[in-house]
Amino acid sequence: MRIVNLAHGNLYALGAYVAGWILGLFAGPGHEPKMWLFFLLLSGAVAVAVAGAILEPTLLRPLYRRAEEYQLLVTFGLLLILEDLMHLVWGPYPLTSSALPDLLGSSTILGATYPNYNILVIVIGFVAAVGLWAFVYRTKFGVILRATSQNMRVASALGVNVKRVYVQAFTLGCFMAGLGGAVIMPISGAVLGMGVEALILAFVVVVVGGLGSLEGALVGSIIVGAVRTLGITYFAEIELAVLYLIAVVVLLARPAGLFGRA
Amino acid sequence: MTSVPSFHSATSARRIVAYAVPVAVVLLVIPLVLPPYQTILLSYGLIMAIAALGFNLLLGYTGLLSFGHSAYFGVGAYAAAFLVKYLGIKSMEVFLLGGVVASAIVSALFGLICVRYTRIFFSILALALSQVLWSLALKLFWVTGGTDGLRVPTPTFLGGLVQTSGDKLSFLSNTYYYLVLVMFLLCAGVMWVIVNSPFGKALQAIRDNEIRAEFVGVQVRKYRLIAFLVSGIFTGLAGTLWVPLNGLTTPDILYWPFSGEIVFLTVLGGFRTFSGPIIGAVVFNYLKSYAVGFTVYWQLLLGVVLVVLVLSMPSGIVGTANALWSRLRRSAA
Repeated sequence: MRIVNLAHGNLYALGAYVAGWILGLFAGPGHEPKMWLFFLLLSGAVAVAVAGAILEPTLLRPLYRRAEEYQLLVTFGLLLILEDLMHLVWGPYPLTSSALPDLLGSSTILGATYPNYNILVIVIGFVAAVGLWAFVYRTKFGVILRATSQNMRVASALGVNVKRVYVQAFTLGCFMAGLGGAVIMPISGAVLGMGVEALILAFVVVVVGGLGSLEGALVGSIIVGAVRTLGITYFAEIELAVLYLIAVVVLLARPAGLFGRA
Repeated sequence: MTSVPSFHSATSARRIVAYAVPVAVVLLVIPLVLPPYQTILLSYGLIMAIAALGFNLLLGYTGLLSFGHSAYFGVGAYAAAFLVKYLGIKSMEVFLLGGVVASAIVSALFGLICVRYTRIFFSILALALSQVLWSLALKLFWVTGGTDGLRVPTPTFLGGLVQTSGDKLSFLSNTYYYLVLVMFLLCAGVMWVIVNSPFGKALQAIRDNEIRAEFVGVQVRKYRLIAFLVSGIFTGLAGTLWVPLNGLTTPDILYWPFSGEIVFLTVLGGFRTFSGPIIGAVVFNYLKSYAVGFTVYWQLLLGVVLVVLVLSMPSGIVGTANALWSRLRRSAA
């Protein structure tokens, strides 16, 4: 939709916090963890989607006609607000729910022990990606969405309710961010600062892979994931720096990224 | 954004002098009138104003929004701290020189990478690079002192000609204030010349229409790089000036919320005007030192004000004041 959202990472963090909080209510100490609790993870996604449905008309809609800097500034303000709101509501300590993954046990793959929950996360991620792709490229709503993003005025002249499409698209994007945060929460917990970290990592992925390229994003995220894991093992001190250095090297060699269309 | 009546032309230089001279005189007598605490607070404000002037060369004049200006501020500050720690140098002149050289090197390097992109990609790339420096300052604690930071003692001036020993408070609120003031006036003057030079006009042309600017022969990327470099040096110089005042440099000034503060105060003052960042920096500095006193949720306040500003007062304090003033004059005429 050509909306730049610096607060996207914080919406992801919000999903993690809401999911962690709701789970804490039902699966805290003294409760027997049960399978149906996994569905509570969706609460994070739903809550963030609701937030998105409120934020788009109030904060972003007035700015579509103005220069892009203003969108950056407003979403940056939103980032600051969300960061401190999470601090205000849930306090400075991380929320965790490690009992949930334990429920699924673990399995041995190629000699390495691997928690089943992580496999579930991979499956969810895959399903979400395929679902999103199908939604955007294989449904009528997807066609309308892409048309509106290409040319808002023509779409509007053809009878598309542009405002509604924007709200729906933004809500969907927020749902995805919230879902991501919610499913990662049982593994890494909900921590202050995870939003900005996610924002920057996502950006490195996009830069390495190439802007506006789906397969680039996939390859980029695999590279970033591998480098982070190796980095933490072998040179923990400068792990972050190495990651950015790779992004820089890719940029210098191929300014458009690995799969980018220059 | 052509509809916003913004940058004064060089022909109104006389009018600017008419504004600048009284302001400079007021700033000169402040240490004689106000208590030391207020003077030191104002020093912080003027230092942030130098950083904001540099930042606004990119945002207001070139149309590039950097979320990584903490990097250059931090480099300027750490350059001075390293000079103390590793070379035992305590001369302010060497600090300033070192800060300028270090921030020039870093901003040239980062600029080469960043100016390949514009818009949000530029913004986040700048942010990412500043996070690299932050993580290095944090993790390489045997070099940078980690979260404890590095101490910077009271520097000497002109090889000891100016008395700097004795009471630190009176030194900071007198001698050091005047140093900051001189540097501020110098920087504001230089920046004024830059934005009104053909180079500055070319930057504004790039901001308003990159493709047309390229067609009339402006080397867009090279000009952006030079703007980035100048911007980084100004911000680095501010960092170097900040360090003896604060007495300590920690990784906090390399962290992204500090970049956010630079962005914020520039928007607060108004980034489409020359004086906006200066006013914004000084006002912000007072706001912060009093607001932090009664709330820990300072970022929340900052975010709310930023959102409200952009939605309802996008031209900032100075822009809004200008608009009000011209409306007042029109209705009077």
